[in-house]
Amino acid sequence: MELTTGTATPLPATAHADPPDASATPKVVPARHPARWIAALAVLVVVAQFAHGLVTNPVWEWNVFSQYVLSQTIVHAVGVTLELTVCAQMAGFLLGTVLAFMRLSRSPVLRTVAWAYVWVFRSIPMIVQLVFWFNLGALYRQLGLGIPFGPVFWSFATNGLVGSIGAALIGLSLHQAAYAAEVVRSGLLAVDHGQLEAAAALGIPRARQIRRIVLPQAMRAILPTAGNEIIGLLKGTSVVYVMAIGELFYQVQVVYGRTGQVIPLLMVATAWYVLLTSALSIVQHYVERRFARGADRTPPPTPAQRVRRLVRDVRQTALTTGDGK
Amino acid sequence: MVDVRGVHKSYGPTQVLRGVDLRVRAGEVTVVLGPSGSGKSTLLRSINHLEKVNRGWISIDGELIGYRRSGGKLYELKEKDILRQRTHIGFVFQNFNLFPHLTVIENIIEAPVSVLRRPRREAVRAAERLLARVGLADKADAHPRQLSGGQQQRVAIARALALEPKVLLFDEPTSALDPELVGEVLDVIQDLARTGTTMIIVTHEIGFAREVADTVVFMDGGVVLEQGPPDAVLDQPRHERTRAFLSKVL
Ligand SMILES: Nc1ncnc2c1ncn2[C@@H]1O[C@H](COP(=O)(O)OP(=O)(O)OP(=O)(O)O)[C@@H](O)[C@H]1O
Ligand SMILES: [Mg+2]
Repeated sequence: MELTTGTATPLPATAHADPPDASATPKVVPARHPARWIAALAVLVVVAQFAHGLVTNPVWEWNVFSQYVLSQTIVHAVGVTLELTVCAQMAGFLLGTVLAFMRLSRSPVLRTVAWAYVWVFRSIPMIVQLVFWFNLGALYRQLGLGIPFGPVFWSFATNGLVGSIGAALIGLSLHQAAYAAEVVRSGLLAVDHGQLEAAAALGIPRARQIRRIVLPQAMRAILPTAGNEIIGLLKGTSVVYVMAIGELFYQVQVVYGRTGQVIPLLMVATAWYVLLTSALSIVQHYVERRFARGADRTPPPTPAQRVRRLVRDVRQTALTTGDGK
Repeated sequence: MVDVRGVHKSYGPTQVLRGVDLRVRAGEVTVVLGPSGSGKSTLLRSINHLEKVNRGWISIDGELIGYRRSGGKLYELKEKDILRQRTHIGFVFQNFNLFPHLTVIENIIEAPVSVLRRPRREAVRAAERLLARVGLADKADAHPRQLSGGQQQRVAIARALALEPKVLLFDEPTSALDPELVGEVLDVIQDLARTGTTMIIVTHEIGFAREVADTVVFMDGGVVLEQGPPDAVLDQPRHERTRAFLSKVL
Protein backbone atom coordinates (compact mmCIF):
# COMPACT_ATOMS: atom_id res chain seq x y z
CA MET A 1 0.00 0.00 0.00
CA GLU A 2 2.74 2.38 0.94
CA LEU A 3 4.45 1.59 -2.30
CA THR A 4 1.60 2.87 -4.41
CA THR A 5 0.85 5.92 -2.34
CA GLY A 6 4.41 7.10 -1.80
CA THR A 7 5.41 9.88 -4.14
CA ALA A 8 8.77 9.56 -5.78
CA THR A 9 11.28 12.14 -4.71
CA PRO A 10 13.27 13.36 -7.69
CA LEU A 11 16.92 12.50 -7.46
CA PRO A 12 19.25 15.41 -6.90
CA ALA A 13 20.99 16.50 -10.05
CA THR A 14 24.40 15.49 -8.75
CA ALA A 15 23.35 11.85 -8.61
CA HIS A 16 23.52 11.64 -12.41
CA ALA A 17 26.66 10.71 -14.23
CA ASP A 18 26.70 13.64 -16.59
CA PRO A 19 23.97 16.14 -15.99
CA PRO A 20 23.05 18.20 -19.03
CA ASP A 21 22.62 21.21 -16.77
CA ALA A 22 23.76 21.11 -13.16
CA SER A 23 20.98 23.38 -11.88
CA ALA A 24 18.04 21.53 -13.54
CA THR A 25 16.62 18.48 -11.75
CA PRO A 26 16.30 15.62 -14.23
CA LYS A 27 12.82 14.36 -15.05
CA VAL A 28 11.90 10.89 -13.78
CA VAL A 29 10.62 8.64 -16.54
CA PRO A 30 8.60 5.77 -15.08
CA ALA A 31 9.30 2.32 -16.52
CA ARG A 32 6.75 1.05 -19.08
CA HIS A 33 5.07 -2.33 -18.75
CA PRO A 34 3.52 -3.39 -22.10
CA ALA A 35 2.90 -7.01 -20.99
CA ARG A 36 0.87 -5.78 -18.03
CA TRP A 37 -1.32 -3.74 -20.35
CA ILE A 38 -1.95 -6.66 -22.68
CA ALA A 39 -2.90 -8.97 -19.79
CA ALA A 40 -5.24 -6.36 -18.33
CA LEU A 41 -6.88 -5.90 -21.71
CA ALA A 42 -7.44 -9.64 -22.16
CA VAL A 43 -9.02 -9.96 -18.73
CA LEU A 44 -11.22 -6.96 -19.35
CA VAL A 45 -12.49 -8.48 -22.63
CA VAL A 46 -13.52 -11.67 -20.79
CA VAL A 47 -15.23 -9.69 -18.01
CA ALA A 48 -17.06 -7.54 -20.57
CA GLN A 49 -18.22 -10.63 -22.41
CA PHE A 50 -19.57 -12.12 -19.19
CA ALA A 51 -21.35 -8.88 -18.27
CA HIS A 52 -22.81 -8.68 -21.75
CA GLY A 53 -24.12 -12.23 -21.38
CA LEU A 54 -25.64 -11.43 -18.01
CA VAL A 55 -27.55 -8.52 -19.49
CA THR A 56 -28.61 -9.92 -22.86
CA ASN A 57 -29.07 -13.65 -22.29
CA PRO A 58 -32.81 -14.23 -21.65
CA VAL A 59 -32.02 -17.12 -19.22
CA TRP A 60 -31.41 -14.58 -16.45
CA GLU A 61 -34.88 -13.07 -16.84
CA TRP A 62 -34.00 -9.73 -15.29
CA ASN A 63 -37.58 -8.56 -15.48
CA VAL A 64 -38.55 -11.38 -13.08
CA PHE A 65 -35.60 -10.47 -10.88
CA SER A 66 -36.68 -6.85 -10.61
CA GLN A 67 -40.26 -7.90 -10.05
CA TYR A 68 -39.33 -9.90 -6.95
CA VAL A 69 -36.19 -8.39 -5.52
CA LEU A 70 -38.04 -5.67 -3.60
CA SER A 71 -41.37 -7.50 -3.27
CA GLN A 72 -42.94 -7.62 0.14
CA THR A 73 -42.48 -11.38 0.59
CA ILE A 74 -38.78 -11.22 -0.18
CA VAL A 75 -38.09 -8.12 1.91
CA HIS A 76 -39.92 -9.71 4.80
CA ALA A 77 -37.90 -12.90 4.34
CA VAL A 78 -34.68 -10.85 4.41
CA GLY A 79 -35.93 -9.46 7.71
CA VAL A 80 -36.33 -12.97 9.10
CA THR A 81 -32.84 -13.92 7.92
CA LEU A 82 -31.40 -10.84 9.61
CA GLU A 83 -33.35 -11.52 12.77
CA LEU A 84 -32.08 -15.09 12.97
CA THR A 85 -28.53 -13.94 12.31
CA VAL A 86 -28.51 -11.13 14.85
CA CYS A 87 -30.23 -13.06 17.65
CA ALA A 88 -28.30 -16.30 17.19
CA GLN A 89 -24.99 -14.48 16.87
CA MET A 90 -25.51 -12.34 19.95
CA ALA A 91 -26.59 -15.30 22.01
CA GLY A 92 -23.72 -17.28 20.51
CA PHE A 93 -21.11 -14.70 21.41
CA LEU A 94 -22.45 -14.22 24.92
CA LEU A 95 -22.41 -17.93 25.64
CA GLY A 96 -19.15 -18.32 23.72
CA THR A 97 -17.42 -15.65 25.80
CA VAL A 98 -18.54 -17.36 28.99
CA LEU A 99 -17.26 -20.67 27.63
CA ALA A 100 -13.94 -19.12 26.63
CA PHE A 101 -13.37 -17.78 30.14
CA MET A 102 -14.39 -21.16 31.56
CA ARG A 103 -11.79 -22.84 29.35
CA LEU A 104 -9.12 -20.50 30.70
CA SER A 105 -10.24 -20.61 34.33
CA ARG A 106 -8.29 -22.27 37.10
CA SER A 107 -11.12 -24.65 37.95
CA PRO A 108 -10.69 -28.04 36.27
CA VAL A 109 -14.45 -28.62 36.41
CA LEU A 110 -15.25 -25.44 34.47
CA ARG A 111 -12.44 -26.15 32.03
CA THR A 112 -13.67 -29.66 31.31
CA VAL A 113 -17.30 -28.67 30.93
CA ALA A 114 -16.41 -25.90 28.48
CA TRP A 115 -14.14 -28.21 26.52
CA ALA A 116 -16.85 -30.86 26.35
CA TYR A 117 -19.41 -28.33 25.15
CA VAL A 118 -17.20 -27.19 22.30
CA TRP A 119 -16.37 -30.79 21.45
CA VAL A 120 -20.04 -31.85 21.29
CA PHE A 121 -21.43 -28.87 19.45
CA ARG A 122 -18.67 -28.72 16.91
CA SER A 123 -19.12 -32.40 16.19
CA ILE A 124 -22.80 -32.27 15.29
CA PRO A 125 -23.69 -30.86 11.88
CA MET A 126 -25.85 -27.79 12.19
CA ILE A 127 -28.70 -29.33 10.23
CA VAL A 128 -28.79 -32.41 12.46
CA GLN A 129 -28.97 -30.18 15.50
CA LEU A 130 -31.74 -28.06 14.03
CA VAL A 131 -33.92 -31.05 13.26
CA PHE A 132 -33.11 -32.39 16.71
CA TRP A 133 -34.28 -29.23 18.46
CA PHE A 134 -37.29 -29.10 16.20
CA ASN A 135 -38.28 -32.53 17.43
CA LEU A 136 -37.41 -31.78 21.02
CA GLY A 137 -41.05 -31.27 21.86
CA ALA A 138 -41.58 -34.92 21.07
CA LEU A 139 -38.75 -36.03 23.35
CA TYR A 140 -39.30 -33.85 26.40
CA ARG A 141 -42.97 -33.09 26.72
CA GLN A 142 -42.45 -31.09 29.88
CA LEU A 143 -39.68 -28.81 31.05
CA GLY A 144 -39.70 -27.97 34.74
CA LEU A 145 -38.05 -25.58 37.14
CA GLY A 146 -37.18 -26.81 40.60
CA ILE A 147 -34.48 -28.29 42.80
CA PRO A 148 -32.07 -30.41 40.75
CA PHE A 149 -33.11 -34.07 41.07
CA GLY A 150 -35.78 -32.87 43.54
CA PRO A 151 -39.32 -31.56 43.42
CA VAL A 152 -40.48 -29.47 40.45
CA PHE A 153 -42.18 -26.15 41.17
CA TRP A 154 -43.12 -24.98 37.74
CA SER A 155 -43.37 -26.76 34.45
CA PHE A 156 -44.60 -26.17 30.91
CA ALA A 157 -45.14 -28.09 27.75
CA THR A 158 -42.18 -27.93 25.36
CA ASN A 159 -43.89 -27.98 22.01
CA GLY A 160 -45.47 -24.67 22.83
CA LEU A 161 -42.13 -23.21 23.89
CA VAL A 162 -39.95 -24.57 21.15
CA GLY A 163 -41.75 -23.44 18.03
CA SER A 164 -39.89 -23.76 14.77
CA ILE A 165 -38.34 -20.29 15.09
CA GLY A 166 -37.42 -21.05 18.68
CA ALA A 167 -35.85 -24.35 17.69
CA ALA A 168 -33.91 -22.64 14.92
CA LEU A 169 -32.66 -19.94 17.28
CA ILE A 170 -31.60 -22.45 19.91
CA GLY A 171 -29.85 -24.64 17.36
CA LEU A 172 -28.06 -21.76 15.66
CA SER A 173 -27.07 -20.10 18.94
CA LEU A 174 -25.66 -23.24 20.54
CA HIS A 175 -23.78 -24.05 17.37
CA GLN A 176 -22.38 -20.51 17.07
CA ALA A 177 -21.45 -20.50 20.75
CA ALA A 178 -19.09 -23.43 20.27
CA TYR A 179 -17.26 -21.60 17.50
CA ALA A 180 -17.44 -18.22 19.23
CA ALA A 181 -15.87 -19.79 22.33
CA GLU A 182 -12.82 -20.73 20.31
CA VAL A 183 -12.70 -17.36 18.56
CA VAL A 184 -12.79 -15.49 21.88
CA ARG A 185 -10.30 -17.88 23.45
CA SER A 186 -7.83 -17.35 20.61
CA GLY A 187 -8.17 -13.61 21.19
CA LEU A 188 -7.57 -13.92 24.91
CA LEU A 189 -4.52 -16.12 24.33
CA ALA A 190 -3.12 -13.56 21.91
CA VAL A 191 -2.78 -11.00 24.70
CA ASP A 192 0.68 -11.02 26.25
CA HIS A 193 0.68 -12.45 29.77
CA GLY A 194 2.76 -9.47 30.89
CA GLN A 195 -0.32 -7.29 30.44
CA LEU A 196 -2.18 -9.16 33.17
CA GLU A 197 0.89 -9.10 35.40
CA ALA A 198 1.28 -5.37 34.97
CA ALA A 199 -2.40 -4.86 35.76
CA ALA A 200 -2.16 -7.11 38.80
CA ALA A 201 0.97 -5.31 39.98
CA LEU A 202 -0.97 -2.04 39.83
CA GLY A 203 -3.71 -3.55 41.99
CA ILE A 204 -6.37 -3.24 39.29
CA PRO A 205 -9.36 -5.43 40.23
CA ARG A 206 -9.77 -8.68 38.33
CA ALA A 207 -12.98 -7.75 36.49
CA ARG A 208 -11.47 -4.48 35.32
CA GLN A 209 -8.26 -6.22 34.24
CA ILE A 210 -10.38 -8.28 31.87
CA ARG A 211 -12.66 -5.50 30.68
CA ARG A 212 -10.23 -2.65 30.38
CA ILE A 213 -6.89 -4.29 29.64
CA VAL A 214 -7.38 -7.76 28.16
CA LEU A 215 -10.58 -7.65 26.10
CA PRO A 216 -9.77 -4.50 24.10
CA GLN A 217 -6.46 -6.08 23.07
CA ALA A 218 -8.04 -9.47 22.46
CA MET A 219 -10.55 -7.80 20.13
CA ARG A 220 -7.77 -7.27 17.59
CA ALA A 221 -7.41 -11.01 17.18
CA ILE A 222 -11.11 -11.75 17.68
CA LEU A 223 -12.60 -9.39 15.10
CA PRO A 224 -11.42 -10.84 11.78
CA THR A 225 -12.52 -14.35 12.75
CA ALA A 226 -15.71 -13.04 14.34
CA GLY A 227 -16.49 -11.33 11.04
CA ASN A 228 -16.08 -14.68 9.33
CA GLU A 229 -18.40 -16.30 11.84
CA ILE A 230 -21.13 -13.68 11.43
CA ILE A 231 -21.02 -13.78 7.65
CA GLY A 232 -20.94 -17.58 7.79
CA LEU A 233 -24.02 -17.56 9.97
CA LEU A 234 -25.83 -15.06 7.74
CA LYS A 235 -25.55 -17.53 4.88
CA GLY A 236 -25.82 -20.51 7.21
CA THR A 237 -29.32 -19.45 8.26
CA SER A 238 -30.42 -20.71 4.85
CA VAL A 239 -30.32 -24.28 6.21
CA VAL A 240 -33.30 -23.54 8.45
CA TYR A 241 -35.42 -23.78 5.29
CA VAL A 242 -35.72 -27.46 6.26
CA MET A 243 -37.91 -26.31 9.14
CA ALA A 244 -40.17 -24.29 6.84
CA ILE A 245 -39.16 -20.97 8.39
CA GLY A 246 -39.83 -18.06 6.08
CA GLU A 247 -36.28 -16.82 5.73
CA LEU A 248 -34.79 -15.69 2.45
CA PHE A 249 -33.79 -18.97 0.86
CA TYR A 250 -37.02 -20.73 1.91
CA GLN A 251 -39.18 -17.92 0.53
CA VAL A 252 -37.29 -17.89 -2.76
CA GLN A 253 -37.83 -21.62 -3.10
CA VAL A 254 -41.54 -21.19 -2.40
CA VAL A 255 -41.80 -18.64 -5.18
CA TYR A 256 -39.89 -20.58 -7.81
CA GLY A 257 -41.70 -23.74 -6.80
CA ARG A 258 -44.83 -21.95 -7.83
CA THR A 259 -43.64 -20.11 -10.94
CA GLY A 260 -40.76 -22.25 -12.15
CA GLN A 261 -38.49 -19.20 -12.57
CA VAL A 262 -35.57 -20.76 -10.73
CA ILE A 263 -32.60 -18.80 -12.02
CA PRO A 264 -33.90 -15.24 -11.53
CA LEU A 265 -35.13 -16.07 -8.04
CA LEU A 266 -31.83 -17.60 -7.03
CA MET A 267 -30.32 -14.34 -8.30
CA VAL A 268 -32.68 -12.46 -6.01
CA ALA A 269 -31.40 -14.44 -3.03
CA THR A 270 -27.80 -14.05 -4.20
CA ALA A 271 -28.18 -10.30 -4.57
CA TRP A 272 -29.51 -9.95 -1.05
CA TYR A 273 -26.83 -12.18 0.50
CA VAL A 274 -24.12 -10.22 -1.32
CA LEU A 275 -25.62 -6.92 -0.22
CA LEU A 276 -25.85 -7.96 3.44
CA THR A 277 -22.38 -9.47 3.42
CA SER A 278 -20.95 -6.30 1.92
CA ALA A 279 -22.65 -4.20 4.57
CA LEU A 280 -21.21 -6.45 7.28
CA SER A 281 -17.73 -6.25 5.74
CA ILE A 282 -17.85 -2.46 5.81
CA VAL A 283 -18.99 -2.43 9.43
CA GLN A 284 -16.23 -4.90 10.26
CA HIS A 285 -13.63 -2.64 8.67
CA TYR A 286 -14.60 0.31 10.85
CA VAL A 287 -14.89 -1.73 14.03
CA GLU A 288 -11.42 -3.16 13.40
CA ARG A 289 -10.06 0.33 12.88
CA ARG A 290 -11.53 1.39 16.19
CA PHE A 291 -9.78 -1.41 18.05
CA ALA A 292 -6.50 -0.94 16.22
CA ARG A 293 -5.72 2.19 18.23
CA GLY A 294 -2.18 2.17 19.48
CA ALA A 295 -1.33 -1.02 17.62
CA ASP A 296 0.76 0.59 14.92
CA ARG A 297 3.23 3.38 15.03
CA THR A 298 1.36 5.18 12.24
CA PRO A 299 -2.32 4.25 11.90
CA PRO A 300 -3.37 3.18 8.40
CA PRO A 301 -5.26 5.80 6.36
CA THR A 302 -9.06 5.85 6.43
CA PRO A 303 -10.81 4.81 3.21
CA ALA A 304 -11.63 8.47 2.59
CA GLN A 305 -7.96 9.40 2.94
CA ARG A 306 -7.09 6.54 0.62
CA VAL A 307 -9.44 7.79 -2.09
CA ARG A 308 -8.12 11.32 -1.76
CA ARG A 309 -4.56 10.07 -2.07
CA LEU A 310 -5.41 7.96 -5.05
CA VAL A 311 -7.01 10.95 -6.80
CA ARG A 312 -3.96 13.05 -6.03
CA ASP A 313 -1.59 10.38 -7.31
CA VAL A 314 -3.54 9.85 -10.51
CA ARG A 315 -3.63 13.56 -11.13
CA GLN A 316 0.08 13.83 -10.55
CA THR A 317 0.84 10.97 -12.94
CA ALA A 318 -1.42 12.57 -15.52
CA LEU A 319 0.44 15.84 -15.13
CA THR A 320 3.90 14.31 -15.41
CA THR A 321 3.05 12.15 -18.41
CA GLY A 322 1.34 15.17 -19.98
CA ASP A 323 4.57 17.12 -19.53
CA GLY A 324 6.53 14.33 -21.12
CA LYS A 325 4.74 14.67 -24.46
CA MET B 1 10.67 -1.35 56.24
CA VAL B 2 10.78 -4.10 53.63
CA ASP B 3 11.49 -7.25 55.57
CA VAL B 4 12.18 -10.57 53.85
CA ARG B 5 12.69 -13.50 56.20
CA GLY B 6 13.74 -17.01 55.32
CA VAL B 7 11.93 -17.06 52.02
CA HIS B 8 11.90 -20.37 50.17
CA LYS B 9 10.42 -20.88 46.73
CA SER B 10 10.52 -23.83 44.41
CA TYR B 11 8.96 -24.67 41.08
CA GLY B 12 8.31 -28.38 41.34
CA PRO B 13 11.66 -29.96 42.12
CA THR B 14 13.79 -26.89 41.34
CA GLN B 15 14.53 -24.81 44.41
CA VAL B 16 14.84 -21.23 43.29
CA LEU B 17 14.98 -19.38 46.61
CA ARG B 18 16.54 -21.21 49.53
CA GLY B 19 16.14 -19.03 52.55
CA VAL B 20 16.51 -15.41 51.52
CA ASP B 21 16.83 -12.73 54.20
CA LEU B 22 16.78 -9.08 53.28
CA ARG B 23 16.03 -5.86 55.11
CA VAL B 24 15.56 -2.54 53.41
CA ARG B 25 15.14 0.69 55.38
CA ALA B 26 12.84 3.49 54.27
CA GLY B 27 14.48 5.88 51.81
CA GLU B 28 17.24 3.45 50.97
CA VAL B 29 18.24 2.09 47.59
CA THR B 30 19.13 -1.58 47.47
CA VAL B 31 20.71 -3.01 44.34
CA VAL B 32 20.52 -6.76 43.83
CA LEU B 33 23.25 -8.35 41.75
CA GLY B 34 23.81 -11.94 40.82
CA PRO B 35 24.27 -14.38 37.96
CA SER B 36 21.41 -15.36 35.70
CA GLY B 37 19.10 -17.89 37.32
CA SER B 38 20.12 -16.97 40.86
CA GLY B 39 16.52 -16.07 41.73
CA LYS B 40 16.60 -12.26 41.60
CA SER B 41 13.42 -11.90 39.59
CA THR B 42 11.69 -14.54 41.69
CA LEU B 43 12.58 -12.61 44.84
CA LEU B 44 11.20 -9.34 43.47
CA ARG B 45 8.06 -11.03 42.23
CA SER B 46 7.58 -12.63 45.63
CA ILE B 47 7.76 -9.25 47.32
CA ASN B 48 4.61 -8.08 45.55
CA HIS B 49 3.10 -11.56 45.68
CA LEU B 50 3.15 -12.23 41.95
CA GLU B 51 4.74 -15.48 43.16
CA LYS B 52 3.65 -17.32 46.28
CA VAL B 53 6.48 -18.35 48.56
CA ASN B 54 6.62 -21.84 50.05
CA ARG B 55 8.21 -20.89 53.35
CA GLY B 56 9.18 -17.71 55.18
CA TRP B 57 7.41 -14.38 54.96
CA ILE B 58 7.65 -10.86 53.60
CA SER B 59 6.36 -7.72 55.23
CA ILE B 60 6.25 -4.05 54.34
CA ASP B 61 5.88 -1.53 57.15
CA GLY B 62 5.02 -4.42 59.42
CA GLU B 63 2.17 -5.63 57.20
CA LEU B 64 2.51 -9.20 55.98
CA ILE B 65 2.25 -9.49 52.20
CA GLY B 66 -0.27 -12.01 50.91
CA TYR B 67 -1.09 -13.50 54.30
CA ARG B 68 -2.79 -12.78 57.59
CA ARG B 69 -1.29 -14.10 60.79
CA SER B 70 -3.69 -15.50 63.31
CA GLY B 71 -3.01 -17.93 66.14
CA GLY B 72 0.41 -18.98 64.89
CA LYS B 73 -0.87 -19.74 61.39
CA LEU B 74 -0.67 -17.83 58.13
CA TYR B 75 -3.92 -17.52 56.22
CA GLU B 76 -3.75 -16.63 52.57
CA LEU B 77 -5.48 -13.33 51.80
CA LYS B 78 -8.31 -12.90 49.31
CA GLU B 79 -7.28 -11.63 45.90
CA LYS B 80 -9.01 -8.31 46.64
CA ASP B 81 -6.79 -7.67 49.66
CA ILE B 82 -3.66 -8.71 47.82
CA LEU B 83 -4.51 -6.27 45.05
CA ARG B 84 -4.88 -3.53 47.65
CA GLN B 85 -1.49 -4.38 49.15
CA ARG B 86 0.08 -4.19 45.72
CA THR B 87 -0.88 -0.55 45.38
CA HIS B 88 1.82 0.14 47.98
CA ILE B 89 4.43 -1.66 45.89
CA GLY B 90 5.40 -0.24 42.52
CA PHE B 91 6.82 -2.70 40.01
CA VAL B 92 8.78 -1.82 36.88
CA PHE B 93 9.19 -4.68 34.43
CA GLN B 94 12.11 -5.47 32.19
CA ASN B 95 9.91 -5.20 29.09
CA PHE B 96 7.80 -2.27 30.33
CA ASN B 97 4.39 -3.95 29.95
CA LEU B 98 2.64 -0.70 29.15
CA PHE B 99 -0.95 -1.08 27.94
CA PRO B 100 -0.56 -0.54 24.20
CA HIS B 101 -4.17 0.37 23.49
CA LEU B 102 -4.17 3.22 26.01
CA THR B 103 -2.39 6.53 25.64
CA VAL B 104 0.49 7.43 27.91
CA ILE B 105 -1.70 9.49 30.21
CA GLU B 106 -4.39 6.78 30.32
CA ASN B 107 -1.73 4.24 31.26
CA ILE B 108 -0.69 6.39 34.19
CA ILE B 109 -4.14 7.31 35.53
CA GLU B 110 -5.67 3.83 35.10
CA ALA B 111 -4.76 2.57 38.57
CA PRO B 112 -5.23 5.85 40.51
CA VAL B 113 -8.72 6.25 39.03
CA SER B 114 -9.89 2.64 39.16
CA VAL B 115 -8.18 1.51 42.36
CA LEU B 116 -7.71 4.59 44.52
CA ARG B 117 -10.90 6.23 43.17
CA ARG B 118 -9.15 9.52 42.50
CA PRO B 119 -11.20 12.02 40.50
CA ARG B 120 -10.10 11.85 36.88
CA ARG B 121 -9.15 15.55 36.63
CA GLU B 122 -6.93 15.31 39.65
CA ALA B 123 -5.33 12.07 38.43
CA VAL B 124 -4.57 13.64 35.05
CA ARG B 125 -2.91 16.61 36.70
CA ALA B 126 -0.81 14.35 38.91
CA ALA B 127 0.10 12.24 35.87
CA GLU B 128 1.21 15.33 33.97
CA ARG B 129 3.49 16.28 36.84
CA LEU B 130 4.96 12.76 36.84
CA LEU B 131 5.49 12.90 33.08
CA ALA B 132 7.30 16.19 33.44
CA ARG B 133 9.44 14.60 36.10
CA VAL B 134 10.54 11.78 33.78
CA GLY B 135 11.03 14.29 30.96
CA LEU B 136 8.09 13.29 28.79
CA ALA B 137 5.64 16.15 29.30
CA ASP B 138 5.00 16.33 25.55
CA LYS B 139 4.11 12.63 25.13
CA ALA B 140 0.91 12.54 27.19
CA ASP B 141 -1.31 11.64 24.24
CA ALA B 142 1.04 9.30 22.43
CA HIS B 143 0.49 5.56 22.38
CA PRO B 144 3.27 3.43 23.88
CA ARG B 145 4.31 1.93 20.53
CA GLN B 146 5.01 5.41 19.22
CA LEU B 147 7.72 5.82 21.85
CA SER B 148 11.30 4.59 22.01
CA GLY B 149 12.17 1.87 24.50
CA GLY B 150 13.75 4.35 26.89
CA GLN B 151 10.69 6.58 26.75
CA GLN B 152 8.41 3.60 27.34
CA GLN B 153 10.36 2.57 30.40
CA ARG B 154 10.19 6.13 31.75
CA VAL B 155 6.40 6.06 31.26
CA ALA B 156 6.31 2.73 33.09
CA ILE B 157 8.19 4.33 35.99
CA ALA B 158 5.73 7.22 36.04
CA ARG B 159 2.87 4.72 36.02
CA ALA B 160 4.32 2.91 39.02
CA LEU B 161 4.88 6.21 40.85
CA ALA B 162 1.29 7.31 40.27
CA LEU B 163 0.09 5.11 43.13
CA GLU B 164 2.60 6.76 45.48
CA PRO B 165 3.97 3.39 46.53
CA LYS B 166 6.00 2.85 49.68
CA VAL B 167 8.61 0.95 47.72
CA LEU B 168 9.52 0.66 44.04
CA LEU B 169 10.80 -2.62 42.62
CA PHE B 170 12.78 -2.66 39.37
CA ASP B 171 13.50 -5.90 37.54
CA GLU B 172 16.36 -5.18 35.14
CA PRO B 173 14.77 -1.94 33.95
CA THR B 174 17.40 -1.31 31.29
CA SER B 175 18.09 -4.81 29.97
CA ALA B 176 15.67 -4.52 27.05
CA LEU B 177 17.11 -1.18 25.95
CA ASP B 178 19.64 -0.18 23.35
CA PRO B 179 22.85 0.96 25.04
CA GLU B 180 22.33 4.61 24.15
CA LEU B 181 18.90 4.60 25.84
CA VAL B 182 20.08 3.10 29.13
CA GLY B 183 21.33 6.42 30.44
CA GLU B 184 18.02 8.27 30.26
CA VAL B 185 16.28 5.60 32.36
CA LEU B 186 19.10 5.39 34.89
CA ASP B 187 18.99 9.19 35.22
CA VAL B 188 15.33 9.01 36.19
CA ILE B 189 16.02 6.30 38.77
CA GLN B 190 18.95 8.27 40.14
CA ASP B 191 16.70 11.31 40.50
CA LEU B 192 14.24 9.17 42.46
CA ALA B 193 17.06 7.94 44.68
CA ARG B 194 18.05 11.52 45.50
CA THR B 195 14.51 12.35 46.59
CA GLY B 196 14.43 9.48 49.04
CA THR B 197 12.28 6.89 47.26
CA THR B 198 12.71 3.41 48.72
CA MET B 199 13.81 1.14 45.89
CA ILE B 200 14.99 -2.38 45.25
CA ILE B 201 16.70 -2.61 41.89
CA VAL B 202 17.84 -5.74 40.09
CA THR B 203 20.37 -4.73 37.48
CA HIS B 204 23.58 -5.71 35.75
CA GLU B 205 24.81 -2.10 35.61
CA ILE B 206 27.60 -2.27 38.18
CA GLY B 207 28.67 1.33 37.71
CA PHE B 208 25.14 2.46 38.36
CA ALA B 209 24.95 0.27 41.46
CA ARG B 210 28.06 1.94 42.83
CA GLU B 211 26.55 5.39 42.27
CA VAL B 212 23.03 4.99 43.66
CA ALA B 213 23.06 2.02 46.01
CA ASP B 214 23.05 2.38 49.76
CA THR B 215 23.27 -1.39 49.95
CA VAL B 216 24.43 -3.90 47.38
CA VAL B 217 23.13 -7.44 47.69
CA PHE B 218 24.80 -10.31 45.91
CA MET B 219 22.62 -13.36 45.28
CA ASP B 220 23.68 -16.76 44.06
CA GLY B 221 21.93 -20.11 44.00
CA GLY B 222 18.83 -18.79 45.71
CA VAL B 223 20.49 -17.24 48.75
CA VAL B 224 21.98 -13.85 49.61
CA LEU B 225 25.73 -14.49 49.64
CA GLU B 226 26.74 -11.09 50.87
CA GLN B 227 25.42 -7.61 51.37
CA GLY B 228 26.77 -4.27 52.43
CA PRO B 229 27.74 -0.81 51.20
CA PRO B 230 28.74 -0.73 47.52
CA ASP B 231 32.48 -0.23 48.05
CA ALA B 232 32.61 -3.14 50.47
CA VAL B 233 30.76 -5.62 48.26
CA LEU B 234 32.04 -4.39 44.91
CA ASP B 235 35.67 -3.67 45.84
CA GLN B 236 36.43 -6.12 48.62
CA PRO B 237 34.04 -9.03 48.12
CA ARG B 238 34.44 -11.69 50.77
CA HIS B 239 33.15 -14.59 48.71
CA GLU B 240 34.87 -16.30 45.84
CA ARG B 241 31.57 -16.47 43.91
CA THR B 242 31.08 -12.72 44.20
CA ARG B 243 34.60 -12.09 43.01
CA ALA B 244 34.15 -14.44 40.04
CA PHE B 245 30.88 -12.76 39.08
CA LEU B 246 32.26 -9.24 39.36
CA SER B 247 35.34 -10.06 37.35
CA LYS B 248 33.04 -11.27 34.56
CA VAL B 249 30.72 -8.27 34.43
CA LEU B 250 33.18 -5.47 35.15
N1 LIG C 1 7.58 -20.38 36.36
C1 LIG C 1 8.72 -21.09 36.51
N2 LIG C 1 8.69 -22.44 36.44
C2 LIG C 1 9.82 -23.15 36.59
N3 LIG C 1 11.03 -22.63 36.83
C3 LIG C 1 11.13 -21.28 36.92
C4 LIG C 1 9.98 -20.45 36.76
N4 LIG C 1 10.38 -19.16 36.89
C5 LIG C 1 11.70 -19.20 37.12
N5 LIG C 1 12.17 -20.47 37.14
C6 LIG C 1 13.55 -20.88 37.39
O1 LIG C 1 13.98 -20.25 38.55
C7 LIG C 1 15.34 -19.88 38.47
C8 LIG C 1 15.50 -18.43 38.88
O2 LIG C 1 14.82 -17.61 37.96
P1 LIG C 1 14.87 -16.03 38.08
O3 LIG C 1 14.08 -15.51 36.96
O4 LIG C 1 14.47 -15.61 39.44
O5 LIG C 1 16.41 -15.73 37.85
P2 LIG C 1 17.13 -14.33 37.73
O6 LIG C 1 18.12 -14.28 38.82
O7 LIG C 1 16.14 -13.25 37.65
O8 LIG C 1 17.90 -14.49 36.38
P3 LIG C 1 18.11 -13.40 35.21
O9 LIG C 1 19.25 -12.55 35.61
O10 LIG C 1 18.44 -14.24 34.01
O11 LIG C 1 16.83 -12.65 35.06
C9 LIG C 1 15.77 -20.18 37.06
O12 LIG C 1 16.57 -21.34 37.09
C10 LIG C 1 14.49 -20.43 36.31
O13 LIG C 1 14.68 -21.42 35.35
MG1 LIG D 1 15.40 -11.96 36.10
